[in-house]
Amino acid sequence: MKRWLPSLPLSLALFATWLLLNQSIDPAHLLLGAVLAIAAPLLARPLQPHGHARIGRPLALFRLLWRSAIEIVRSCFNVSRIILFRKADGVNSQFIHVPLELRSPHGLALLSCLINSTPGTVWVELLPDNNELLLHVFDLHDEQWWINTIKTQYEQPIRELFEPAAVSGEHP
Amino acid sequence: MTTAALLSVAIWFALVCVALSMLLCALRLVIGPTAQDRILALDTLWMCTMLLVLMLGIRFGNLIYFEAAMLIALIGFVSTVALAKFLMRGEVIE
Amino acid sequence: MSPADALPWWAALPTALLLVFGGVITLVGALGLVRLKHFYQRIHGPAITITLGAGCILIASMLYFTVQQSRPVIHELLISAFILMSAPVVAMLIMRAAVYRDLRAGRLITGAEKHDAHRSGGEDRERT
Repeated sequence: MKRWLPSLPLSLALFATWLLLNQSIDPAHLLLGAVLAIAAPLLARPLQPHGHARIGRPLALFRLLWRSAIEIVRSCFNVSRIILFRKADGVNSQFIHVPLELRSPHGLALLSCLINSTPGTVWVELLPDNNELLLHVFDLHDEQWWINTIKTQYEQPIRELFEPAAVSGEHP
Repeated sequence: MTTAALLSVAIWFALVCVALSMLLCALRLVIGPTAQDRILALDTLWMCTMLLVLMLGIRFGNLIYFEAAMLIALIGFVSTVALAKFLMRGEVIE
Repeated sequence: MSPADALPWWAALPTALLLVFGGVITLVGALGLVRLKHFYQRIHGPAITITLGAGCILIASMLYFTVQQSRPVIHELLISAFILMSAPVVAMLIMRAAVYRDLRAGRLITGAEKHDAHRSGGEDRERT
């Protein structure tokens, strides 16, 4: 099972993608989709040095994504308001540093996707020597507020998802 | 006012908005002082083109436009990544 | 407007609203691209086009075709998923290219964090 189906969510996603692309549930398409869903992860396995991510609690992931979606819409309105009504000189754009404890590569990928999807913040780089994140913020009021928000709203849930052992070790 | 007329007005309005934003992107593409500005404008231009094609699909009630929009999104992503890579390293394939 | 004759009100009204809203948001994003002062501000303008503008128009398209064809037409989800996965990568790549080029040209970045940003740029150069 493990050998032929390394990651069930990935295979299911490929299967759904195939059906959506063809817009049909003919038996022929079901069969082709199943072949694709089994063959593609096997062929692509050497391309993934970190292996497949294991998500223990899909519900927590959906809660995180839902909260991020709300946050994205909210900051869309904020950025639109600034673009439309604020003088361009009055916008305080800054680079800030956020110290991160998250180490898992999958977690970092998810974090960077969420941060970059949110208008108003762009991930620049993860400084490797002290695991600090260099972040560009469109309109900075309070640096500490941004750091706290990212750590509690994003990093903490992602760590609980991808590094459950480390988190529970810290808070016994 | 029928629903067809309402939708027609809405689609025209959205088409004009997206066409205007494409013009603005083209403006930034021409005047952009640095190369990264131009790449950013080009990326936004791809995105607006995709939205335009999608809305033309609604306008003509044809599902085929979806495929075109999908391809535009794919090609736009690849070309932007290649250009950004080129800015960073001076070559695309390392 | 060819085959939109039989669309009921409950579907036409949200579709029209979503289309108008998506168009306006797209325009605001492009306006930001032109109006803002320097590159590091401009990169935030298109982000709203990509997330909210594209999202509204994709949902409108899904709603319209689902009602028009009287069967679920949800393949726009593919474009949404693709954009959600690719847009962050594009933003990060352009941003890193810009920071790298500015550091190499000796231009100061906007903020006070010159020292650390310098370090990151230098390490890029080593990797080259």
